[in-house]
Amino acid sequence: MPKVFFTRQLERFLAVPTVEVAGATLGEALAQVFAANPALRSYVLDDQGALRQHVAVFVNGCPATDRKGLTDPVGADEEIYVFQALSGG
Amino acid sequence: MSDRLYVGTRKGLFEIARKGRAWDVADVHFLGDPVTAVLARGGVVHAALDLGHFGAKLWRKDNAKPWREIAVPVFPPKPEEAGDDPHPWTLGKIWNITPGGSDGRLWAGTMPGGLFRSDDGGESWSLVESLWRMPERLKWFGVAGGEQPGISTVLVDPRDPADIRVGVSCAGVWASTDTGATWRNINKGMYNEYMPPEQRGDPNTQDIHQLAHCAAQPEVMWCQHHSAIYRSEDTGENWRELKAARPSGFGFAVAAHPRDPKTAWFVPATKDERRIPVDGKVVVSRTRDGGKSFDVLSRGLPQRHAYDLAHRHALAIDDSGERLAFGSTSGGFWVSEDAGEQWAALDARLPPVSVVRFAVA
Repeated sequence: MPKVFFTRQLERFLAVPTVEVAGATLGEALAQVFAANPALRSYVLDDQGALRQHVAVFVNGCPATDRKGLTDPVGADEEIYVFQALSGG
Repeated sequence: MSDRLYVGTRKGLFEIARKGRAWDVADVHFLGDPVTAVLARGGVVHAALDLGHFGAKLWRKDNAKPWREIAVPVFPPKPEEAGDDPHPWTLGKIWNITPGGSDGRLWAGTMPGGLFRSDDGGESWSLVESLWRMPERLKWFGVAGGEQPGISTVLVDPRDPADIRVGVSCAGVWASTDTGATWRNINKGMYNEYMPPEQRGDPNTQDIHQLAHCAAQPEVMWCQHHSAIYRSEDTGENWRELKAARPSGFGFAVAAHPRDPKTAWFVPATKDERRIPVDGKVVVSRTRDGGKSFDVLSRGLPQRHAYDLAHRHALAIDDSGERLAFGSTSGGFWVSEDAGEQWAALDARLPPVSVVRFAVA
């Protein structure tokens, strides 16, 4: 099953354990994560369900390409990393 | 009279309390996170954060209980016919939280220009679609270094919670007398000097930095506009420019006296050319005669090489009308206990200040 990792930065605000989920696309995998952890959704997705502008998601080592529709395919043993694009001062 | 202040900054929420005759930092919340709006009344504090990467968030604290995250305003799904909307249907940041005048009701003014209503103390929110769907909204434009328009002020008539005035940067003053069911763009008499000539008098292009009203006589309203200071005596329908303003008519913030309709305070600055205090001196200007004349108040404020600006929500007045406080873009913070005659600096260097609010009972 795909495994989803989250940036430790999010632990300042809420629990983000690494989880294994079912799902053939990025959207399906994240939907399962958010079903178990609803508060996390708004940290990762905007009001229209797209990835937040400064949230980076890698699927099996490659940046997600469909940041609005979340249709990037996810293989059974692949890993999804959710992190922030660091900025500011 | 309030002995407690909440100061939202780019890196945390600072709780400042009066001890003896001095004001000092009593507690710090959300250290490191940008705070964009705060409301403290009746033992309940609401704080809006802008986490950047992770979006806008809203937290609530009830008396001595710990902070808890509550629902944030969310825009509805963007319909296909709204494809040409120049503004995103996604919350940018919460710019102000205003009590609605009845139990549990709150209004939240946001970027990109959505007004949201809660009837349960902020536990849930709904977009005021009647205002969001006004065709004029598509012409609103961005402010404050951003690309998005923002609702800079929400004023609710203390005598009638259905009567609401909203100030938009940009643009204009919007009025509803039916709790937000219908809206009119009012504000005759304003003039936005940076627009093309034929649009300078258009109500929907006016750059409303901040509005305030006299709580005891709310038909008297003040506006710190981009181009000048204005006053209205008919709840925002018609405005008169206060040409006596000095040392300048430019600024962001305004505070109205809660009982005296002729008294208000401003934190003036040089206009667009430089965006610094006039002559590098931080002052507060005050009128006590409805804008015919202005006092320039400087006792206790830095008068040499001082480049502090006070943004829209960074000047506050308490319900006595005697205590005022403001914070600056450079992290300066000052309190007055005598209507602005004398100011005392906080013994701290804060992060850039975005919002200052007194706690009210």
